[in-house]
Parts: sequence; C-alpha cells; structure tokens
Amino acid sequence: MLAKRIIPCLDVRDGRVVKGKNFTGLNDVSDPVSLARRYSESGADELVFYDITASFEGRKLFTEILKKVAESIFIPMTVGGGVNTVDDFDRVLKCGADKVSVNTGALNNPSLISEAARRYGDQCVVLSMDVKRVDGRFTVFAKGGRENRGIDALEWAKFGQKSGAGEIVVNSIDTDGVKKGFDLEMLKAVCDVVTIPVIASGGAGSIDDFVTLFKSVNVDAGLGASVFHYREIEIENLKRILKNNSVEVRI
Amino acid sequence: MIAIIDYGVGNLFSLKSSLKALGLNAVVTSDKSEVLKAKRVILPGVGAFGAAVEKLEGAGLYNTVLEVARGGVPLLGICLGMQLLFDKSFEYGEHKGLSLLRGEVRPLSDDISGLKIPHMGWNSLNFVTKSPLFKYVSEGEYVYFVHSFYAKNCEESLIATSRYGVDVTAAVGYDNVYGTQFHPEKSGDVGMRILKAFGEL
Repeated sequence: MLAKRIIPCLDVRDGRVVKGKNFTGLNDVSDPVSLARRYSESGADELVFYDITASFEGRKLFTEILKKVAESIFIPMTVGGGVNTVDDFDRVLKCGADKVSVNTGALNNPSLISEAARRYGDQCVVLSMDVKRVDGRFTVFAKGGRENRGIDALEWAKFGQKSGAGEIVVNSIDTDGVKKGFDLEMLKAVCDVVTIPVIASGGAGSIDDFVTLFKSVNVDAGLGASVFHYREIEIENLKRILKNNSVEVRI
Repeated sequence: MIAIIDYGVGNLFSLKSSLKALGLNAVVTSDKSEVLKAKRVILPGVGAFGAAVEKLEGAGLYNTVLEVARGGVPLLGICLGMQLLFDKSFEYGEHKGLSLLRGEVRPLSDDISGLKIPHMGWNSLNFVTKSPLFKYVSEGEYVYFVHSFYAKNCEESLIATSRYGVDVTAAVGYDNVYGTQFHPEKSGDVGMRILKAFGEL
C-alpha cells in the first residue's frame, strides 16, 4: 500500500533555516544540514527546501547546502524558490534535487511547466501554489503570498496538471502559520479537480490536524515547518498515531 | 568498482553519493571500456523509454550493456533503467528494449482506475521469490517509487511487487541481471541495504 507522506519544509535564507508567520516576520531556526539529517533519521518521507534568498551570494550558499544534504541524506528532496527558467531547474537538479517546485515563476511564464516537464519528466515538476480566499473564491497569489494575481486556484491547478506537473502543493495563506489545522475545504476543492498527487500545506499545529487531514481529504502528503522545527510535533510520534488511526504510513 | 552508466538521462548525483556513503567505489561514466572493466554496472534512467533507448544508442552504449549482461557481470537497472531491460515498451508508441529479460512495459492507467498516476511515494515490498538483492531487507519494508509505466508478463524474473491497484513489478532478477522500479538511492536506509547487497553480488 502506498503510504501517506510527512514532509518537513525548510525555508532557507542566507544559509539558515527560517520560519515566519503568514509569510512575514521571519525567525532564525537552525542549520539546514543538521536539521535535514534529524528529519531523515526520525522518519520524514521527503524534504522540501525553499530558497528565500534574494542575493547572488545567498543563492550560491543555497546550492552548496543542497549538495551537502544530498551527499548524506537519501530520501527524496524537492527544491523551490526563485525558479523562473528551465536553467534554474538544471542548477538545483545537479545538486541532487529530485523534484523542482515552481510558483511565481510559473505564474509569470506558464509555459515553464510544460517546458520543464518535457525536458525532465512530469515527475520532476511540482506546481506549488499559495492560495487565499478572495470574495469567496480560491485565488492564487504570487511572490510568497504578497501579490494577488486574480487567478482562480482550481483553474490554475487543472492547467498545471494538463501542462505536465507531476504533483501540486497547495499552501493556504488563510491557515498558514496559524497552527489551527489544514485548510480542508480548499484542499478538497483542489483534490476534486486533479488526479495527480496533492500535498497539503499551511496550518499544521498538532498531531490531530494531520489525522483529520488524512481521514477527511484524499491528499497524498502533509507538509509542515515550524511544528517540526521546534519539536512541537515529533515525526516518529506523529507517524505512530497516524498508524493507530489506520492511516498508511512508512514506519 | 561500480560503473554508473551516464547516457544523459537523469540525476546521478544521489546514486553516486549513496554508493560512496556505503564505502563502495563508484564512477559515473559514459566510457565504454570503463563500463566493461567494472565489476558491477548500474543502468539508471528517468524520462521516456523511447528517448532513453535513442540516447543509449547515441552514446554507443547500447551494445555495451548487452555485453555486460552476457559477460555475467552483475547489472542493476533502476527505474527506467529497469524498464529498458525488457523486450519492449508501450510508452508513447512501441519501442524495442534490451530484451535481457522477458516482459513488456505498459501504462499503469491500462490496469488501474481511481488511483493517482504517477504512482509516487513510499510503498511496501511483497516478495515473490528469494533474491540476494534483498539479503538485508524484510518483506513489508518501504521503498520510494515514481513511475507511470510498469513491467508486465515478467513472471520469469519477478522477485518483488508492491500493491497499487494491481501488483506492480517492484524488482526483478534473473541470473546476473537485476532491476528495481523504485529508487534505492532515494529509499533511505532500506534502499542503502539493497545497494549494499548489490555491491556484494
């Protein structure tokens, strides 16, 4: 049986893992390589690294970190942040990334999804979208949730799948960082319109939130950041409880 | 020395790193003589079957792989590399494979419905026959898959399956020719134990 995946997400700026609430007010957390190792040892099924650096030096540091992680940790790794061209795919794939997530880069240039899928395969392209309710509609935002593009999230998800994305990350801006549970309504809406795997992001606060997520929506994975970074949830413990609740997990 | 065949498909960084972490001497190479000198050979691969065959031929390595297999050297195909070992594939048309193993590669969507494709994520192994590749692995342990096509009619070489609507061919082995649909280099500790066993064949 295919297991539901638990994925810690590491936002990296200037070589350090940081975490903010509602995309602003970032806090320094830890060294990415040691954190990644801790997660791999505790049973994380995959790791996501987002490069939130703007500078050239920071970007170089980021790719060095990826290499270090990929040299010693042998679980799938998705990389995102600042991916605007097919060349950006190349840069992070060479460092050992397995999948590349596109967000604003795909909003600016939607053909990026199909170009990358043609060159690297569907399995390599992850469409990540930051979504917020605007006048009752799920709407896609760009630039880390700061800019409303007025695009319907469900249409964007369908377009992403048609263009060759192998997976979709749905990050609810409405629930991100609030730690009161995943955005079940939004996730269900996306799952209903696509057939590719969907990863839930935004809102994980407790083990119960993950149990509720997997019991009520047909998502494939749950992503969390600060709850794992600050050990509010230990992954071993989370997986044991999921298993006790008849959710298929890799233990 | 393990030769990882580089024919321009896929990401070999993790594979090389995982072998290195096991203390196994590995080289990523597209050099024919280096491949033929190696004690073990890995045929990796991601992407589409037809394009991969073309690239393997274009790199002048198609016959080299056949030579490796016929010479009795342990050969491990990973993911698309495993699929290439079979007679043919029906991924976007019909393409001839290496025919080192009997069987064919078909879309998962022909046989399953109501499940997401690609089959992506961690799935548990069910053993079909005993294999030295799984010397250090127990039945039920999880490995990492990403694929939309799978090998069928390959009973002769089948050593393990994973359940995803149907029994998906997870690993094959016949004489010195082995293959895994999953990625051992991305399957954490379990994958490392499989690579270790391959290094001891």
